[in-house]
Amino acid sequence: MTVVHGIGVSAGIAFGPVVRVGAAVRPPDDEAPAADAEERIRTAFDAVADDLDARAARAGDPAAAILSATAMLARDPSLIDGAIARAASGAGPATAIDGATREFMDQFAALGGYFAERAADLRDVGDRAIALVLGAPLPGVPPLTQECILVAHDLAPAETATLDRAQVLGIVTEAGGRTSHTAILAAQMAIPAVVKVAEAADLADGAMVMIDGEAGAVHLDPTTDTVDEHRARGERRVAALAGSSGPGRTLDGKQVRLLANIGGIEDAKAAGDADVEGVGLFRTEFVFLSAATAPTVDEQAEIYRQVFAPFEGRRVVVRTLDAGADKPLAFADLGAEENPALGRRGLRLSAERPDLLDAQLEALSIAASGTGADVWVMAPMVADAQEAAWFARRARENGLSKVGVMIEVPAAALRAEHVMAEVDFGSLGTNDLAQYTMAADRMQGELSELLDPWQPAVLDVVAHAATGAMRNGRPMGVCGESAGDPLMALVLAGLGITGLSMAPSRVAMVRFALSLHTFAECARLAHLARSARTPAEAREAVLAECAPQLAAIL
Amino acid sequence: MPTRTVAIGSTVGLHARPAAIFVKAAGEAPVPVTIAKAGGSPVPANSMIAIMALGAKHGDEVTLAAEGDGAEGALDELATLLATDLDAEPAS
Repeated sequence: MTVVHGIGVSAGIAFGPVVRVGAAVRPPDDEAPAADAEERIRTAFDAVADDLDARAARAGDPAAAILSATAMLARDPSLIDGAIARAASGAGPATAIDGATREFMDQFAALGGYFAERAADLRDVGDRAIALVLGAPLPGVPPLTQECILVAHDLAPAETATLDRAQVLGIVTEAGGRTSHTAILAAQMAIPAVVKVAEAADLADGAMVMIDGEAGAVHLDPTTDTVDEHRARGERRVAALAGSSGPGRTLDGKQVRLLANIGGIEDAKAAGDADVEGVGLFRTEFVFLSAATAPTVDEQAEIYRQVFAPFEGRRVVVRTLDAGADKPLAFADLGAEENPALGRRGLRLSAERPDLLDAQLEALSIAASGTGADVWVMAPMVADAQEAAWFARRARENGLSKVGVMIEVPAAALRAEHVMAEVDFGSLGTNDLAQYTMAADRMQGELSELLDPWQPAVLDVVAHAATGAMRNGRPMGVCGESAGDPLMALVLAGLGITGLSMAPSRVAMVRFALSLHTFAECARLAHLARSARTPAEAREAVLAECAPQLAAIL
Repeated sequence: MPTRTVAIGSTVGLHARPAAIFVKAAGEAPVPVTIAKAGGSPVPANSMIAIMALGAKHGDEVTLAAEGDGAEGALDELATLLATDLDAEPAS
């Protein structure tokens, strides 16, 4: 049996046969031009828009809003005129629609983020119009006759919104993301879903698969025992987590804050509604990456205000701009680098362009004083005490009172005693810390074993950082992926970590794990993990010795 | 040609709901209306795609232009819409 992984966007266990969503019809090669192309193109787009509007009228929110917005794309004069112009210069009608749709999809993709995910909506409109002008069957979900797991490259909103909940047990897509429409709608409809599964194309019609929407896993052809086991575990998990709420505490009451990682205004609203103690990592890149010119202080302050607003009375830890040669800014591009991960990125870019950092700090300060959130600010990619001091002075000069550093560079972790003396807090970015400790590029899929957060050497470096912070009486958190792993959370707590920041969906499990162990037990688990020879042995040792109530639901 | 220059009032910028409201209103105007960001080329105001690709953020100045009968009135109405925080209005 094989297991493949993606991003779990809607929790739950589902098991059933695969039904593949029909692939879109492509325009024929060398399609002949048609004299009545304009009329046919208009009729096709009209029919697509009418169909979407009709579905919107039958659906509830948010499906109705998404469907109406997609209908607006199908009525868009730029899109329709673009297709007609292509037909007028000799393209066949389907080819013309395809070309116009792709042109706008490319524009959306280039804008990135929110727009890139809307490109799927546009493709759906184009594919439907192409099928209509060709008189071919519409792409999408075939009529369902039995319970199944839908597998698609991507599901268009129109498809997801109108799925038959009784037949569709689960959803797997190759594309998509945490904020794609498929993810939002599947979660709302409580259909287990895993997106961004690279191997989705290999899942054949009729193959039996089980998906775990929490873990983001797809099991191919699992045994009945495996399915039963996962179902039972899923039920135990729901039961165990039902009573879990409030701040993070070990069994003996030591505080370990449970915080959310966010990357934008929508994330902030969602996390604000969640049972978390605040935000442990607010990535600010979205404010800058799509901008052609440096955003002004006022523009930034307005955005930050919206992010802080849901967290009145709670903490929000902001990471200042983390750009580099691999995610260059249009207005602060220092040029290509041989090795962007080791280049002028993070605080090093801010050192080249202090004007950008100052504007951001000023905007954060303005926004912080306008909301009731407890705003902390930290710099990425700090290597030593001098850099920490440089950043701390600038942040304090801009009126920010809680100043910290990300610990991602092993040098800063090893010398945490000096680095932490310059600032008020630290936060370990374990993904980058593993990359730099193991000298293994995060972008190299083949090196993923070296990047395992359970690597004992990485745990040693984390321990150094935690000890350095404790000697200075400073809090040290973790905001990498490992903070959301309940077993790892115990180890981190045992090393003296005081806050864990993760995807909000991971919080309940981590809270539950902490509540079952005393601080002394966590410290013992940490010792076991660090005594192991390999990452697998480290994890096994902790799993074997953790509370049985936790092991039973992992 | 009559024009109006106005700063985007919607806090989310001109996309999502505010864009939908604006594009619908522009489609109902008696004359074709264009919209441009400072220094950018004008795009049709009745195109959802063009408006999204414009990427106008909160506070960005945009210029509306139109010609013909009813242009002045249409521009006034659309400029007022843009200056309003459309995301703050209750959903109808």
